[in-house]
Amino acid sequence: MIATPTVDLITVNIDGKDVAVPKGTNVIEAAAKVGVDVPHYCYHPKLTVVGNCRMCLVEMGLPAVDPATKTPVMDPATGKQKINWMPRPVIGCATNASPGLHIRTTTQLVKDCREGVMEFLLVNHPLDCPICDQAGECKLQEQATGYGRGYSRYVEDKNVKPKRTVLGPRVTLDDERCILCSRCIRFSKEVAKDDVLGFIDRGSTSTLTCFPGKQLENNYSLNTVDICPVGALTSTDFRFKMRVWFLKQTNSIDTETSVGANTVVWSREGQIYRITPRQNDEVNDTWMADSGRILYKQVKAEDRLTHTSVAKQAASLAEAITKASELIKANAGAVRLVASGKNTVEEQFLIKHLADSLATKTSLISRVGAGDNILVSKDHNPNVRGALLTGLISELPTAQLTTLSSEIDSGKVKVVISFSEDLTAAGISESQLSKVQVIYIGTHHNKTSGLAAIVIPSLTVFEKSGTFINQQFRIQKFVAAVPGPAGVVDDLVILTHLTSSLHGTTVQLTQAAGLLAQTWTSLSATIPSLAPLSFSTIPDTGLLVDSTAFAKLPFVETETLHFKPVV
Amino acid sequence: MAVIKLERKPLSLAERTYLPQIVGGLKITLKHLLKPTITMQYPEERPAIPAGYRGAPTLVKDPHGREKCVSCQLCEFVCPPRAIRITPGEIAHDSPNAHVEKAPQAFDIDMLRCIYCGLCQEVCPEEAIFLQNVYSTTGYTRDSMVNHKADLYQMGGTLPDEHFKWDKKKEAAEHGGSHHG
Repeated sequence: MIATPTVDLITVNIDGKDVAVPKGTNVIEAAAKVGVDVPHYCYHPKLTVVGNCRMCLVEMGLPAVDPATKTPVMDPATGKQKINWMPRPVIGCATNASPGLHIRTTTQLVKDCREGVMEFLLVNHPLDCPICDQAGECKLQEQATGYGRGYSRYVEDKNVKPKRTVLGPRVTLDDERCILCSRCIRFSKEVAKDDVLGFIDRGSTSTLTCFPGKQLENNYSLNTVDICPVGALTSTDFRFKMRVWFLKQTNSIDTETSVGANTVVWSREGQIYRITPRQNDEVNDTWMADSGRILYKQVKAEDRLTHTSVAKQAASLAEAITKASELIKANAGAVRLVASGKNTVEEQFLIKHLADSLATKTSLISRVGAGDNILVSKDHNPNVRGALLTGLISELPTAQLTTLSSEIDSGKVKVVISFSEDLTAAGISESQLSKVQVIYIGTHHNKTSGLAAIVIPSLTVFEKSGTFINQQFRIQKFVAAVPGPAGVVDDLVILTHLTSSLHGTTVQLTQAAGLLAQTWTSLSATIPSLAPLSFSTIPDTGLLVDSTAFAKLPFVETETLHFKPVV
Repeated sequence: MAVIKLERKPLSLAERTYLPQIVGGLKITLKHLLKPTITMQYPEERPAIPAGYRGAPTLVKDPHGREKCVSCQLCEFVCPPRAIRITPGEIAHDSPNAHVEKAPQAFDIDMLRCIYCGLCQEVCPEEAIFLQNVYSTTGYTRDSMVNHKADLYQMGGTLPDEHFKWDKKKEAAEHGGSHHG
């Protein structure tokens, strides 16, 4: 563990309450510590401060010091040091805590300031909340209710601006709603490192636009939609699909790469509508890549496997399990497993268990692709480290299954069990696959499942609960957001059944939830670095596990946000 | 317990002929025969529905024939028995109402669930849903008890509009106001 650096704590006073904060904390953050809400639009904790919305105006005072003698001036009434209040308000976002700083947020001046700012912001705001996708999570709505004057004095015509400007392939701008907070501009420049947005024109005709000849098309463009405090930037995919107040939020993990960005899956009645990032200051701050947001489409994809089949004939799960165990027993010693870096830690643990009982080897297929040094790492498998930790593999996976390929050719292998992996993409030809019996346990159809003797459908990451271990060796959990297709059971259930069927025992069809807890009991008993944990005790932001045993492995990841490879 | 025996009075002559009773009965029959009828021949005849009656919820169009609902789904949210189900959609860019941007793709009200509370009408920010005078909803199947979008507009018809909010907006966009051409 890295020791937390000692921070200089100073005491500031907010609305009469003293609070100790690190030096340099701004007033919005300091006030949040004592539960005082300082309304703001342009300030974002992960972006630079510009102070252009003026919503966070507060009154500020400093302890009085005699200019000549530099001694504190005492207030005889209270016996404490006198506070010199500034005659005009200051913005909270750009006021940093200094020793003895006093802030007032409840005075008439502050109230008038907020009402005034809200009134100006609403002057040209279209108030089309009934058709606005931001309604329900709109800062302007919330703060108009909380701090606005409640009625409009504006009788002139409102400004008219373009309602459907396409800024990029995934982002549509409704210009009328924009309050010119410039969060999106700062995000593009500072985080996405793709400076394409800017304001043109002046005064009330100011407009957000892309620089000439450019588009907001980087892989982080949808973060601008997330941080937009109003409904100006909208996601073209989610636009007009569903009101946010109907959507259930479920914590999940991005499976796109080994970064393991924390996400929230928004679903209603078993249908996922969008994926947004969840704040984790150790992993992804408040961002995620656009490419990870469309992964929910795999749930209802056309090539989704929904039926168990044996020799291309529909079969029940029990039949398929029996057939599979017969097949494995008949070819004892000639069975190979191909697990996936997309399997959860729990699944990998059970696969390891299965491999041990068959005394066979397990391979993993690596997915090395392009990374962008922000939140897309080079390893496109989310859970290679889980496979290492569970002992499923001891070496880093390769892209080509050369050993398996030669073993098939030499006739040493008769049965291959593939967990959602397409073996034809890993150097095993279709003619080689037709020489062996393939048992395919996976979510989607591919060439391998097409050639498989037994196909057992399983659940996607959105339909099951489990954990992944990301590139930092941080174990992060996700929970099921939506139910799986009818009749499709959790991978853990399939694996438990298969293993017990091989041992000649039968188990009751267990609920996946109970099985998860059960798996964790043996997981924490078997793997020392996971010993104190259980699924329910893993915090929402994950937990670093001991990785010293794997420090020598040449991982493919390069530096990304909050991650530096061990050299 | 003492028992007191009462002697029944003997009937008078008039009583023994039954004639006064028959005449009295005929009088009542004749009176009702001549009175105006109060029974309504339902369903051939229908009652007049008073103003403010809360019948089945319906969707209405504005006097220019624009569907007023923008599928904000507030009625779906507020509906206590969850009778309303809306699938929002985007209005085609070449439609004359393209400036409204949003309209329901599907709008279903399950009349087996509806409790005629009128909260949907109260909450509607676009004045698009009204509980009007439809009081009789019957059907042979559960499906036939669901009013779909077309049924709702047919029942709702057109109501006068005080605001023409979206028309004004379109006008403002066409005449000045727009700085970016």
